[in-house]
Amino acid sequence: MREEPKILGLLCKWCSYAGADLAGTSRFAYPPNVQIVQVPCSGRIDPVMIFRAFTEGYDGVLVSGCHPGDCHYGTGNYFARRKLAVARRLLETVGISPDRMYFTWVSAAEGRKFSAVCSEFTERLKQLGGTEKTAAREAVSR
Amino acid sequence: MARVGVFICHCGVNIAGKVDVARVVETIGRMPDVAFATEYKFMCSSPGQKLVADAIQEHGLNRIVVAACSPKMHLPTFQKTIARAGLNPYLISMANIREQCSWVTDDKEKATEKATDLVRRQVRRVAHADPLEDVSVRVEKTALVLGGGVAGIQAALDIADGGRKVILVEKSPSLGGKMAQLDETFPTLDCSQCILTPKMVEAAQHPNIEIRANTTLKKLDGFVGNFEVTLEKKATYVDEKKCIACGLCTTKCPVRDVPDEFNAGLGKTRAIATPFPQAVPAIPVIDARYCLKLTKDKCGACAKACQPGAINFEDQPREEKVQVGAIVVATGYQEMSPAVYTEYGGATYPDVLTGLQFERLVSSTGPTGGKLVRPSDGQEPKTIVFVQCVGSRDPSKGHEYCSGICCMYTAKHSLLYKHHVPDGQAYVCYIDIRSPGKNYEQFVNRAVEEEDVRYVRGRVGKVQKRDDGRYRVYTEDTLVGRPVSIDADMVVLSSAVEPNADAARLAQALGISYDGDGFYTESHPKLKPVETATAGIFLAGACQGPKDIPASVQQGSAAAAKVLSLFSKDHMVKAPHVASVDAAACVGCLACQPVCYYSAIEEKTVGSRTVANVVAGKCQGCGACVSTCKGKAITLAGYTDDEVFEEVVA
Repeated sequence: MREEPKILGLLCKWCSYAGADLAGTSRFAYPPNVQIVQVPCSGRIDPVMIFRAFTEGYDGVLVSGCHPGDCHYGTGNYFARRKLAVARRLLETVGISPDRMYFTWVSAAEGRKFSAVCSEFTERLKQLGGTEKTAAREAVSR
Repeated sequence: MARVGVFICHCGVNIAGKVDVARVVETIGRMPDVAFATEYKFMCSSPGQKLVADAIQEHGLNRIVVAACSPKMHLPTFQKTIARAGLNPYLISMANIREQCSWVTDDKEKATEKATDLVRRQVRRVAHADPLEDVSVRVEKTALVLGGGVAGIQAALDIADGGRKVILVEKSPSLGGKMAQLDETFPTLDCSQCILTPKMVEAAQHPNIEIRANTTLKKLDGFVGNFEVTLEKKATYVDEKKCIACGLCTTKCPVRDVPDEFNAGLGKTRAIATPFPQAVPAIPVIDARYCLKLTKDKCGACAKACQPGAINFEDQPREEKVQVGAIVVATGYQEMSPAVYTEYGGATYPDVLTGLQFERLVSSTGPTGGKLVRPSDGQEPKTIVFVQCVGSRDPSKGHEYCSGICCMYTAKHSLLYKHHVPDGQAYVCYIDIRSPGKNYEQFVNRAVEEEDVRYVRGRVGKVQKRDDGRYRVYTEDTLVGRPVSIDADMVVLSSAVEPNADAARLAQALGISYDGDGFYTESHPKLKPVETATAGIFLAGACQGPKDIPASVQQGSAAAAKVLSLFSKDHMVKAPHVASVDAAACVGCLACQPVCYYSAIEEKTVGSRTVANVVAGKCQGCGACVSTCKGKAITLAGYTDDEVFEEVVA
């Protein structure tokens, strides 16, 4: 596989995207292989987005929203959590390690945490390597 | 056919120092939809914006990508720019190549690759963007101020003086907050009550201010300009409309050993009382935990004494719904309990007090009438030690942050002490002295130079109670480098400023964010210090971080200015990012209804079918319904599947 695993970051606009901005403002560097996509709320995330990411060749998907209880829209992050729990099992079914999906909460004040999450997830994906991915992608694409 | 214009900003060296901008321009310029691509040193500057506007005309651009800082910073700037050039302001996308690329990537080659990738996604995304129209909503020109301390009072008075109605909500029986508990204030030694109570009275008498004491916010619905707030008034057992504030009930109450919260637990009060003589409103409340009638169904002396018949033992909490356009959160702070510092005996030794307790002890409205004596034996303390940073700057047992006000109030306390006990000796055990305010440094010097207050630099290790009733304070003098012990009659701990116990609950009810310490987060630490990330909700005072009185008043006025500016318009625009249902595709399962936090989805009959319908005015644009709809019948403007998936693909 590539030297750096490719990560798609689906971040909610209010907490985690702002947390990623704060990581930048504070210059907490992290691996450059994370591509961030802003969604209004983690509740907007459709599991299909995650599967699409894998078929497009990403090695991992990072999903981050507001901490429980802190959702700007009240309960969106709880819906995200439920949907992603199902998505994990579907990933397993098609032969993709569910560890390739990283679900966490990062607040607007947690720039350091965001940076740490990116580094940690990159390391995890390096450990996982790229073998199962090819077969899995074919499975999803069929 | 999309004709995308791409504008890549250097941001001085902030971006260009890491990203080879010229190479990004070249690569992106070859994308099929890109009609024009260029770079500039500062795209947000006036010439930068002109560059964008001119290119729209010259190259017939119909979609724009600006690759620069975070859209949180400058998206509105460029939306206005393209609107002036005749484009719909929603046909723009920003690639965040500063915060999320150049500032977090060390390797220049990798940063350039990542920036190119980020821009490419936005080009693909914006090609799918639809023109959107802002939603115009009416502004309800009444403000809600939460918290009746000095910050909240200031905000309420400024808004009311500006001609707008204010509902001022206070959870305790009286306005005044922490400032009402203070004796004198630094750096002038102004009497706190003398400068505060006129403001409290002014607020109470102001024709535009309605006060709701004993009240908290229970629930918030709606959005900027149109909030619906559910308030809850505690049961106080006194009808404020009938009460004439004569105080007879208090004198008749036989329960005399109720811990006095206003006096920070020093002294006792009655089961029915006003917190302090100058309370506004001056209506007493019954403490249900101590009232004999409410606990044992005995007594009722207050009701018998009350001529107007204002006592109502059947009182229940009451809910009230109010419509407001803006909210100022000014809920203040609490003093940290020093109980975890067992080595100082904060909650156990009778003569080891907190800063606020000392304040009550020297106050003329305090439990001793302003006589400074030891709670244990009533003797005047001839030696006193002030211990700084108890719970502040101490991540192991307290908080990492500096509480900001303790250095100054301790200097004040040492002066007050010397005014009460001129032949006494005061010591201050400190780590650093922080006195950056106007005339603050001079004030500390005054304590040292005029009153011979001895400042000893070092963190106190232990306070030990001696057999003779005195206290031995073990510390060190780090300037000389040796251990020091001081025998004192009284010890005062500068307990940390911390968020109120219910700060997180309130933040969650309001939908505003708070930091790791629990203080409410401002929208931008420098440029939007009173706004929250939620439009229409503003911050004032110590709920946002430790603050002294001048700073709290400033922020109260600043928040009021923001509210008045919002209220200067009859209508305001609401972002058009709302969901809509394609009735033809909807199967009417209504699975979207329960996931909508705002109850914005209703049933609609189309012919013989029932379908879902989104009420645009209520929709806040979270998109929970979109990802729930199995038939893909719901779309969220600005975050359609087409747009988001283009970014996922890239």
